Amino acid sequence: MTVTLFRSRRGYARAVTKLPPDDELVAALRAGDGAAFAKVLDAWSSSMLRLARSFVSTHATAEEVVQDTWLAVVKGLAAFEGRSSFKTWVYRILVNTAKKRGAHEKRSVPWTSLLPGDEDHGPTVDPSRFQGPGGAYPGHWREAPEPWASPERTALALEIREVITGVLDELPARQRAVISLRDVGDHTAEEVCEILQISAANQRVLLHRARAVVRERLAGYLGAAG
Amino acid sequence: MNCDEFVELVTAFLDGALDPAAEERFIEHLALCEGCERYLEQFRTTIAELGELPPEPLSPAVRTDLLDAFRDWHRG
Repeated sequence: MTVTLFRSRRGYARAVTKLPPDDELVAALRAGDGAAFAKVLDAWSSSMLRLARSFVSTHATAEEVVQDTWLAVVKGLAAFEGRSSFKTWVYRILVNTAKKRGAHEKRSVPWTSLLPGDEDHGPTVDPSRFQGPGGAYPGHWREAPEPWASPERTALALEIREVITGVLDELPARQRAVISLRDVGDHTAEEVCEILQISAANQRVLLHRARAVVRERLAGYLGAAG
Repeated sequence: MNCDEFVELVTAFLDGALDPAAEERFIEHLALCEGCERYLEQFRTTIAELGELPPEPLSPAVRTDLLDAFRDWHRG
């Protein structure tokens, strides 16, 4: 897979090898074009693996989910009607496959409700960081967040990736699914809502909570270094 | 707007999802509060770092199996 990094408004974004438009791509796949299949397989599988990991407990199972999804896509190509983008259609199959698989697992990840769960409520920053009603400025920082060292310092870059990967593993399933799609992958809010069948408001709550957890953990590294 | 309210609206602000009145209050607070300016910047850094995670490819064996399955499906 060719992955290039370029500066965008949200920082670095990944531009993956450009795929042809949906109608051409689907026509090529239906015609049995192996090169087209290899291209789409390489472009999407990494992000599909990350999403599958929100539903099942091991990397090996996630890989099986991705494999089963692609097999279902190959066999079900005739059923694609173009009502959503092809990518969203594939990801919906992934989510359904992963949910079924998660339900069979002993240590299944809870994904029973489409609504945010208990872990998705309450403040995302420790309330003790803000002044109480008796303070000079209630609701304002007691002490401003510590400044961070630049994460672009190469010595820190590898460590940061490990930290982030570790936090993703600990996030509640729904938050992990949303942040994997939005920030690690490059899906839009609309696509995430469609893939996970959640409302725009829920999507935002889950994403915000997940980001706040990752920020807090990064603060432990970059703040101390700053 | 207080800081404890500001920190909960950062994602909505970045997505352009705040209503005009809330957005105005958000920006007003941002201009006055160094702590929140820093918090917003650190949120942006966090998002950028998440986008830097290297792709996790499928194992070569699974990839080969899938390419074979695709070929077999269309041959059969």
